[in-house]
Amino acid sequence: MIAAHLPALQVVVPLMAAPLCVLLRRPALAWALTLAVSWVVLAIAVLLLLQVLETGPVTYPLGNWAAPWGIEYRVDMVGAFVLVIVAAIGAVVTPFARRSVEHEIPRDRIYLFYAMYLLCLTGLLGIAITGDAFNLFVFLEISSLSSYVLIGLGKERRALTAAYRYLIMGTLGATFYLIGVAMMYMMTGTLNMADLATLMPAVADTRTILVALAFLTVGISLKLALFPLHLWLPNAYTYAPSVVTAFLAATGTKVAVYVLIRIFFTIFGGVEVFRINLIGDVLMGLAILAMVSGSAVAIYQNNVKRMLAYSSVAQIGYMVLGVSFATVTGLTGGIVHLFNHALIKCALFMALGCVFLRIGSVNIGDMAGLGRRMPVTMASFVVSGLSLIGVPLTVGFVSKWYLIQAALEKGWWPIAVLVLFSSLLAVIYIWRVVEVAYFRPAPEGGPAPAEAPLSMLVPMWLLTGASVYFGIDATRTLEVAGGAAAFLLKGTP
Amino acid sequence: MEFPGLYNYWITIVLMMVGFYIVIAHDNLIKKVVGLNIFQVSVFVFYISMAKVQGGTAPILDAGIETYSNPLPHVLILTAIVVAVATTALALALVVRIRNAYGTIEDDEIEGQEDDA
Repeated sequence: MIAAHLPALQVVVPLMAAPLCVLLRRPALAWALTLAVSWVVLAIAVLLLLQVLETGPVTYPLGNWAAPWGIEYRVDMVGAFVLVIVAAIGAVVTPFARRSVEHEIPRDRIYLFYAMYLLCLTGLLGIAITGDAFNLFVFLEISSLSSYVLIGLGKERRALTAAYRYLIMGTLGATFYLIGVAMMYMMTGTLNMADLATLMPAVADTRTILVALAFLTVGISLKLALFPLHLWLPNAYTYAPSVVTAFLAATGTKVAVYVLIRIFFTIFGGVEVFRINLIGDVLMGLAILAMVSGSAVAIYQNNVKRMLAYSSVAQIGYMVLGVSFATVTGLTGGIVHLFNHALIKCALFMALGCVFLRIGSVNIGDMAGLGRRMPVTMASFVVSGLSLIGVPLTVGFVSKWYLIQAALEKGWWPIAVLVLFSSLLAVIYIWRVVEVAYFRPAPEGGPAPAEAPLSMLVPMWLLTGASVYFGIDATRTLEVAGGAAAFLLKGTP
Repeated sequence: MEFPGLYNYWITIVLMMVGFYIVIAHDNLIKKVVGLNIFQVSVFVFYISMAKVQGGTAPILDAGIETYSNPLPHVLILTAIVVAVATTALALALVVRIRNAYGTIEDDEIEGQEDDA
């Protein structure tokens, strides 16, 4: 029965397809294979989510080795939701990628690009599905190593240094995580997350576990680019090929946030980490700093890709803020923002990919008059931009509504004010682009850039449409995110 | 606990700090990779040390042997070594490309060139 093996197929299909891409070599064939695989992966993820909604968590012992000795794949509400986010973004980005990749990556390397893209997808899906702390490290490194390569494929030479710096930071982060896992293993003798969760309360007060928690938190914070560990992110996003930025911005950091949630609420689920330690306060403080400083720095950027990268730092702040509340409302806001921000940022970076394809630049000064020359692309940028700000009827509003509610529930109104303030800063930087694109005349002379090809516009509008659709009717996403939050917090009242 | 006691762990800590310091303090991109390697190796030593059981032998079932060392961390570290080798290879490949593009592998000189551009 194939349905029983869905959790394994989720990871194995893209993993097997990556070397196939290398064998195929022809760019068109590699792309076609990637397209097919990414949609199959999405189908599997949706089936898994439906299964989880119906029957509760799905477990799958790899190679039939029973947990906690063997590696176990475990899909619960949160995992399934993240799987769907990653797989959906992958499935939408692939059709977009064909024209953009042809334009930005040398022809003889295109098949390698798709192989790396599939490996990255494998790693990200693996992180979301595995129930084993060490296996998570392996998937983390698969996704990281392939994303360093993807970033290094950028046209400018600065892509290389950006990839190198990301590699150093990313490897430090992953090694920190490894130290944390080692210390947990020392105290409990298990690597299985569910097993760790049951054994943890007995040893939670030992210094070893506290140190482990610190290493895990710092390591993953490096990966998710939490302020002030975000320094690798702006350059990596700016100089990577457009497709890579769109994909990674929507998935890479989100999955890292998921790992953070896993650590706090599954592994340490029975311990109420946030009450014993300062960790909740520290995370909240950093999240707020990220929100404000990320948005503030974004205002001063002339490269729009870099501007959105800084905005990502701020948005990650929102997600971590949601996590740090450790209440159902807060966590729901954080988890739903994972999904919402993936939609928004992917669409925004796709719009920039279209712009780059046509005018060869993403500097704000070169975008004058684009509102009239590429109306469909810029309209998508504006709608997604509004969503980023959090205007009602868009998804951005839903997540911010929840975050503000969570802050008010606890009576921390200054935090609610800061969330609003950071949104106001977003108005400024999005407006800068809108002003140049719509209200400044196009430069004289030179060929007028045409609208982007349909194969790029359709995926972009699919995401933009989704970000409006889920903004108007958020019941479905909120049901899943709320369910996930309640499931995670069932240990703590 | 007599000296040297748990000296493996002291070595781990020293190696870890040495590696970490090199990564942070050196401008040479190759040296950074070396530092990163030392840092990773310290964690490997950590894993291997914690698996050792006093008086235990290799985990091969044999008559008359009661205590065995824990083989699992060793296996984990084999995996981690593979990951570390791949990371190093990728980092060195990037350094080669950086050297071709910038003509230097000193971080401060690269930054100087980036600021000019």
